Amino acid sequence: MLGGLCPSDVALVLRHCPERANVLFSNAMISRSVARARALYSVIISEDPSEYAISGLGSTHFATITAGDCEKRTIGAEGGGGSSKCSKCSKCNANEAVTGSSCLQCFRSALYAKFRQAVTSHATILPTDNLLLAFSGGSASRVALQFVHEMQQKAQRNSDASRDKSYPVFGVGVAFVDESAAFPIPSTQMEQAIQDMTSIVSSLASPVKNLHVIPIENICHSKSMDGRNRLKELLHNITDITGKEDFIRQLRLLCLQKAASENGYDKLILGSCASTIAHHVIAATVKGQGYSLPADIQYVDARWEIPVMLPLRDCLGQELSMLCLLDSLKTLDVFNGGSSGVNRLVSSFIALLREENPARECTIVRTAEKLIPFHFNKLLETDDSDDFMTSRWHRKRMNLRPRESIASEFLCAICSSPLNKSDVESLRHELHCRTSMSERCELTCCRSCQFQVLPKEPSSVEQFYSLLPQCIITQMKNHTYGDFDILREQIEDCLLSDSDDDS
Amino acid sequence: MEESEATTKKPRSRQCCICKDRRAALKRPKNLEQICRECFYDAFEEEIHKVIVQNQLFKPGERVAVGASGGKDSTVLAYVMSELNRRHQYGLELFLLSVDEGITGYRDDSLETVKRNEIQYGLPLKIVSYKDLYGWSMDEIVKAIGLKNNCTFCGVFRRQVRELIYFVFARPVVSLIPALDRGAALLKVDKLVTGHNADDIAETVLLNILRGDIARLGRCTSITTGEDGTIPRCKPFNFENLDDIDTYAYFKKLDYFSTECIYSPNAYRGFAREFIKDLERIRPRAILDIIKSGEDFRISTTTKMPEQGTCERCGYISSQKWCKACVLLEGLNRGLPKLGIGRTRGRNGQQRDAPQTNGGMKNIGSKQCGTLDF
Repeated sequence: MLGGLCPSDVALVLRHCPERANVLFSNAMISRSVARARALYSVIISEDPSEYAISGLGSTHFATITAGDCEKRTIGAEGGGGSSKCSKCSKCNANEAVTGSSCLQCFRSALYAKFRQAVTSHATILPTDNLLLAFSGGSASRVALQFVHEMQQKAQRNSDASRDKSYPVFGVGVAFVDESAAFPIPSTQMEQAIQDMTSIVSSLASPVKNLHVIPIENICHSKSMDGRNRLKELLHNITDITGKEDFIRQLRLLCLQKAASENGYDKLILGSCASTIAHHVIAATVKGQGYSLPADIQYVDARWEIPVMLPLRDCLGQELSMLCLLDSLKTLDVFNGGSSGVNRLVSSFIALLREENPARECTIVRTAEKLIPFHFNKLLETDDSDDFMTSRWHRKRMNLRPRESIASEFLCAICSSPLNKSDVESLRHELHCRTSMSERCELTCCRSCQFQVLPKEPSSVEQFYSLLPQCIITQMKNHTYGDFDILREQIEDCLLSDSDDDS
Repeated sequence: MEESEATTKKPRSRQCCICKDRRAALKRPKNLEQICRECFYDAFEEEIHKVIVQNQLFKPGERVAVGASGGKDSTVLAYVMSELNRRHQYGLELFLLSVDEGITGYRDDSLETVKRNEIQYGLPLKIVSYKDLYGWSMDEIVKAIGLKNNCTFCGVFRRQVRELIYFVFARPVVSLIPALDRGAALLKVDKLVTGHNADDIAETVLLNILRGDIARLGRCTSITTGEDGTIPRCKPFNFENLDDIDTYAYFKKLDYFSTECIYSPNAYRGFAREFIKDLERIRPRAILDIIKSGEDFRISTTTKMPEQGTCERCGYISSQKWCKACVLLEGLNRGLPKLGIGRTRGRNGQQRDAPQTNGGMKNIGSKQCGTLDF
């Protein structure tokens, strides 16, 4: 499938907007996808393959559609031999339906409405915020970037039009994590991708957005070569392929957190869509993470120093890919190791379900929504959100004791998932007795990480521990499973409100 | 010679890693340990015993019906239950209970197996048939409604059978359901045990996520269900893998009948089953992990759950005016076989998500036949 689109979608696009079909097809997909499209619909293809010319988007996995691959039919006279379907949009009843039963405008505004709804009901974007948007090149994060940009533009126009022109407009930065240290990607490919990304971000330049390219090895060490080696060695110690993948994903998030806090951003926006969430629900269930599952799938995730927001949570991946195609939003296909092991199985399972019923992903997300979220799935309310300094100060208060201030949940040191109460009880008891770091390592992690990330041999654990990023090591060192809180309770009366006087 | 790698999974010689004495005859599917036959039997039986004791499944003197379909799971269940009852003196009165849906070529063959089990294990057998209870056998139903949605009928009827058993004894007989007295007086049942294994539970967890059935999702991992006014049902094999059960049946040379229900080639459960099989190949512990996730799910109390009332026609618990079985029966008897089949979609009778209904029909998902499902 092409970015989550099924053959009939591809055919629809080709039929209605052939001039916009600047698309990339992988060699493998082309014969399957287009051949099936031919079988299902009459497709209008130009004789000239250059009409499908690629706009240089950096991926090596593509080929053009040649005229010979598809049935040639000319765009006949209306009512002639060409397209047999010519229905009106069911919403506005004016334009021709392009996708499903909506025209392009209604389709786009429906998606934007979902985005806006998520933003306003969860205070995701406030005028004083400085947002960092994580951009992978894929269609979901591209749409997130586009929508955030449009929202920013509108706020800017409002600000310019206002009388005192002091109405603040939120800032936006874009971050890309370069994972070439973890996967073998030819450097030319990565350079090309970064170039393309720069051009995408600069094309959205009013207001200007900074692009931060973050090599993933930075989280291990600030010097590039050392970082790369440490990372390679660290990953080498993880034998389970699913564990490795999940660990890299966690490192990616830590990189983004680090970049956000070092560059003065308040919030991190991810383009995770409903399809990503559905995948995560099934994958987490299968890995035994049923307790912590609700933490990762809400609009807001404030476990972190920089809260993470998911404004595209209600949009399906298919819809977002379709929008990118129809609106010619440039996407990149940056190779990131693909998925393997359990994650890949889950992907193919969901793809199968999607074929049987395209709305299945929505049902999965809806089911998971009925699970109780955690208290950190809500942002801390600030009294005075207009005053920039106050909200900073409020936020600093929350971060006075990061992680430990989240009193009622204990988080895994590696993947930050909340630990089940019964697990905590047994771990807490053991933690008192064990002092060696390799034992602490195991006892500060959730069962899933213990199984799939930590090395099995106790001797390897020492080495593994020494290679971990500093932030994870700190987590492991400081974990006490609650003694701090009991202590705090006892001395509660003596504490002054803004003092740092902790015992 | 000392076996120094007692805890590793593959000792150098083919010795059982538990008793270190006898020759290993198999690799235990659950954890790939090399183990001899006797230790495997002991381990397996001990695990079941522990589950029964830790979860306090039974009390001495109870009459316990063992759901017997003639398949591997229920044969092993009957064998193990009677073994443990004897060995650990549970003090239970066990008997086999079999449901005859009336499917030629499938159920009549497996019933022969159950009859043999009755003799082999010394447990009395009671057969309850759809034809006796409802006046319709599955073959007749399929003739009337075709091959779609037949799983709905079978599942609904079967689910109700156990209630009717309890019912008729405890409440006045409702005359609309014919010929129940015939078997009912013999059936005083306190508990029902079924052979649902870890694979079944894992599939059910996944299915409930896929279909949005949050109410069932919260209940399906419990070892005991249905204590609210209906016959409690226990699943002692909850944590045993299907492969382990199969291996036990094979080595003990138990008598079973192995085939799939002929009417359910494409039930929706098949999706989940395939996925789990693939998963198990790369990560054997995934099945138990799924069950653990299911146990750990905490469902929001603000979620609307279906309200429980009673059926006007027969008094069975129902969230609608009439229970599903009565609706389906009415349809069959009036020659309107589609009555009561909700909005189905997709191929081959796959059901829509179970809705929080407010007047529409409550859909019960189809389960793959082959295990006795109450």
